[in-house]
Amino acid sequence: MARAATTADTFNAVAEPRRRQILDVLAGGERPVNDLVDELGLAQPQVSKHLRVLREVGAVDVREEGRQRLYSINDRALKPIHDWVKNYEQLWTERFDELDAVLDDLKKEEGDAGADERDSDGDDPDR
Amino acid sequence: MPVPTSGTATVTTPTDEQILITREFDAPKHLVWKAWTTPELVKRWWSGRRGEMTHVEIDLRVGGTWRYVMLAHGESEIAFHGTYREVVPEERIVTTEVFEGMPGPSEDAVINIVTFVEEDGRTRLELLVQAMSKEIRDAIIDSGMEGGMQEQMDALEELAISLAG
Repeated sequence: MARAATTADTFNAVAEPRRRQILDVLAGGERPVNDLVDELGLAQPQVSKHLRVLREVGAVDVREEGRQRLYSINDRALKPIHDWVKNYEQLWTERFDELDAVLDDLKKEEGDAGADERDSDGDDPDR
Repeated sequence: MPVPTSGTATVTTPTDEQILITREFDAPKHLVWKAWTTPELVKRWWSGRRGEMTHVEIDLRVGGTWRYVMLAHGESEIAFHGTYREVVPEERIVTTEVFEGMPGPSEDAVINIVTFVEEDGRTRLELLVQAMSKEIRDAIIDSGMEGGMQEQMDALEELAISLAG
């Protein structure tokens, strides 16, 4: 099950918000670490740590150019897992958006009940 | 009527066996709790925009069971069930979760821990999905990588849901 382990490691790498931000920046093209530090507003050691994790799972490639190390994204390795995380996050965002609507109704019900001092026994949860 | 949203769900993996989903709601926690644990209300939000809930049963007590069934758009039914292990009103729910469409190793391979914390009238909800082992989480994620594109997307969706709850 070597493949499963690799997939999960990549999943770990991608399912971390900061690392996903790094990947989003690198999706725009190859960058030196300083650019990432500027764009993310993180300290360099933190960015380097995240880059190391991403490199270890093959999500990011690096090459030397003079004194600089340039990082780039490995799209092929990442796309399926990136899609999975996005889809999962999207599902929960949808659910929570619907939940916001339910909460809005509950707040109104509670407000009404308080306003006319009535017991809302015949509670109708349907819209 | 437009409803103000409090942002997107945040998904992280704190450890190799865990997935953590967090979100803040603009409502006190007794209402978030009510929306989370009342069948008629769960029916309104749990399927997101991906289908209709056809069945929600909740027996909210330690040892009690729950079962949710969703009819995905143009697809077959997707069902989940579990047993409550801990119920602290308006604070915390611990439950097992089983996706009925996927042969799983056991009933308690995946545990969901939901916590509700209120601050200034707002509620921070955390849903921690705890797999029994890294292998189980890997299997769940890995199986989503198999198959054709459409199948894969369907599977991903189902798996995503199976991890949730």
